[in-house]
Amino acid sequence: MKQELLKFFLFTALICIAPVFIGKGYLINVFVFIGIYTILAVALNLLLGLAGQISLGQAAFFGLGAYISGVLTATHAVNPWLSMAIAVVTVGIIAFILGFPILKLKGHYLAMATLGMGIIVYIIFNETVDITGGPSGLSGIPHLSLGGIIFNSDLKNYYLVWFFAVTIILLSVNLAASRIGRALRAIHDSEVAARIMGVNARLLKVQIFSISAVISALAGSLYAHTVTFISPTSFGFNVSIELLTMVIIGGLGSIYGSFLGAAILTLLPEFFRTFQDYDIIVYGLTLIVITMFMPGGLVRGVPLLFRSLFKKEPMPQSNEKSG
Amino acid sequence: MDLSEDILQYILSGLSTGAIYAVIGLGFAIIYNSTSIINFAQGEFVMLGGMLTLFFHVTLFLSLPFSIFLAVLVATAVGALFERLAISPLKNADPLILVIITIGGSILIRGIAMLLWGKDTYVLPMFSGDEPIVLWGATLMPQNFWIFGITLIIIVANRLFFHHSIIGKAMRACSFNRVASSLVGINVKHTVLFSFAISSALGAAAGIIIAPLTMTSYDVGIMLGLKGFCAAIIGGMSGGIGTVAGGLIVGVLESLGAGLISSGYKDAIAFIILLLILFLRPQGLFVKGDTERV
Amino acid sequence: MDRVKGGDFPLLRIVSITKIFGGLKALDEVSFTISTGEITGIIGPNGAGKTTLFNIVTGIYSPTSGKVFYEGKDITGFPPEKLAGLSMVRTFQGIELFGRMTVLENVMVGLHTKSRSGIIASAFKLPGHVREERRIREKASSWLEFAGLADLANTEAANLPFGKGRLLEIARAMAIEPHIILMDEPAAGLNSRETSDLADLIKKIKDSGITVALVEHDMDLVMEICDRIVVLNLGHKLAEGSPREIQEDEKVITAYLGED
Repeated sequence: MKQELLKFFLFTALICIAPVFIGKGYLINVFVFIGIYTILAVALNLLLGLAGQISLGQAAFFGLGAYISGVLTATHAVNPWLSMAIAVVTVGIIAFILGFPILKLKGHYLAMATLGMGIIVYIIFNETVDITGGPSGLSGIPHLSLGGIIFNSDLKNYYLVWFFAVTIILLSVNLAASRIGRALRAIHDSEVAARIMGVNARLLKVQIFSISAVISALAGSLYAHTVTFISPTSFGFNVSIELLTMVIIGGLGSIYGSFLGAAILTLLPEFFRTFQDYDIIVYGLTLIVITMFMPGGLVRGVPLLFRSLFKKEPMPQSNEKSG
Repeated sequence: MDLSEDILQYILSGLSTGAIYAVIGLGFAIIYNSTSIINFAQGEFVMLGGMLTLFFHVTLFLSLPFSIFLAVLVATAVGALFERLAISPLKNADPLILVIITIGGSILIRGIAMLLWGKDTYVLPMFSGDEPIVLWGATLMPQNFWIFGITLIIIVANRLFFHHSIIGKAMRACSFNRVASSLVGINVKHTVLFSFAISSALGAAAGIIIAPLTMTSYDVGIMLGLKGFCAAIIGGMSGGIGTVAGGLIVGVLESLGAGLISSGYKDAIAFIILLLILFLRPQGLFVKGDTERV
Repeated sequence: MDRVKGGDFPLLRIVSITKIFGGLKALDEVSFTISTGEITGIIGPNGAGKTTLFNIVTGIYSPTSGKVFYEGKDITGFPPEKLAGLSMVRTFQGIELFGRMTVLENVMVGLHTKSRSGIIASAFKLPGHVREERRIREKASSWLEFAGLADLANTEAANLPFGKGRLLEIARAMAIEPHIILMDEPAAGLNSRETSDLADLIKKIKDSGITVALVEHDMDLVMEICDRIVVLNLGHKLAEGSPREIQEDEKVITAYLGED
């Protein structure tokens, strides 16, 4: 679809020139984080938005990616790129093995199981002090470098992280529009009918779960090398909840929406200093309000809202089984 | 000799926390049986029980019994409000939407608690003093006996209500067959509302009786909720003896594990049990003979 | 072994299928054969076990005992996705559409077994994938033409009126290019004009060489289009034969007790 390609190039172009407008200050650093959370949100969206499988444990894979990279590079002086590869592959294998029993569960049970999994991993991060440094964290993680360029400034990290983010967005958009994307959406709408049509639902769910985990681990690795110091609090289940909120805000199944959600939730604390006190309420309210009144998220809901405001048509209520 | 005394200690305190998990689990089962949804926010009502009691007793200087009563009342009201505003309008929606709504609800309640009471931990006074009681070499607090006693009353009351009262039997009928129930005149909408109200009350009660022992803060709901959920799962979501057994099993195993293996991993033990049950026997451990529902 | 109409090749052989759910015996040693190229109707009062039988044949349940043979192969216990690869497909009593996908996309999913692009090929938009996508889209469009749904191609499936939804489910099933299609109460909820259109569609399907088995309550439809009828009652096979034979069978009349 030519339209999709245009959208992508426009987005990438904007990302490339954005630093000119953002300036050299603190805000660039914020946008590095937006990039990382965009990657994480896209990963969750593939699993939740496309395949309809809820996971509240994404932070676990994020953390595993970060810690494996961090420990290998900081403690054992392994080459950072190699460490990243090891982290990503290891997490992929773990997710693939875990995926089979976990994805037999559905709905609330799956949510609880992934939440439990996430908390177990978080506890492991805290308790294995000898390896991870425990609650005090792990420092001294080296920056990434490529051909003489060391990624040790906000601007360089911006382009590094966004290179990955934009690539993942492209691959995800392609996947969503493909035969596989359709098969995943079919599983979401009616798993039994999908199976009748020949979709190997069990295997595909595990595959997308693993891919989602791999992408999250990649984000974790990038995070570790960008901030050079990591601690378990960055990988608690509240992060998983934030990611869920980002995906819901942007719209389930909308890849660009994930960017929107990540951007909004990362920028909010910057513009509202007291956001810290209200952040949990905002997440909770957002989840409820958007799910009830704008199930397609902002990406679909806002245009719909404008249309109904200016055309005086009633808002389409698409909650009954089709939204 | 020392070890066996320690083990007895662990088991007894494990039974105590296990009783709490059982009551929380009952709350999960009651809502599940009337709506087929898992109320993610259940744990937050446990938190509200303790926090509200503290608020009424410490900030408003009301007597402890009255504070407890008010706390349960307010928690029940919150539960009913949640059902009316967020659950009832969406009963025909995609199950995924309901999952997200209950997650949102739990976060919202926790957020409001954080706003009102901050992130500090608080201690609720014990109901009848803090003189430890020594039993066969193990030390128990009077509060533990309150827990055992109140839990027993709750379990018996639960059973009497759902098996021997008109309303209770109507609610069970709804959980077996909604359509048939509404055809014979049972108001299904009210049933759902009642089940949320009862679950919230139970959750709050659980939170109140354990608060003196374990300190309370705005985020205790998550862990307690998950562990109560584990109890409910072990019991096959039946809300009967299976759930009680489930709670006790989790409590005792957790306590033994923390004492004998490592205390840092204490919470992980319950969640590992949760995952194992969900992976291997999601229908619960007692399903064969346990045809008993709520 | 049941008497098979002379010369016909048994496409589907159901042999002594028994299914027990907890304490309930839903099916009790049911055996019959579906011959290639015929339309076989499976009828019976409510609770006779007809849908359960379909669910067993199409891999959604496993039988407690008994076997199912398809094109000579033992397919007992095969999961639905495997059966799709063997060109067997079914439709559901309460249509199972992919509600949030468009009509065209629904049929495109029907072509899942006719395509191969995996995750890598799709994510990287390899040339083979791109060609295949075009082919899938074209084929799906032609199936929509076949079913008369071409003008609704971009409608969200959940917004379709019920009758069109039924048609879509059938169009989607046809995309598998099945050797056999099992339809579970396809006429349920259709008015008489829609039912007559359905009858024509099913005959068209039979004429293209596809074997049809249908569970139905609409007796007029069954008697009109079926070549053979199997009657189930309370989990047993009650009778089997041509529409005329069934209409005159005493046991069948008694079982229905005055129903037409």
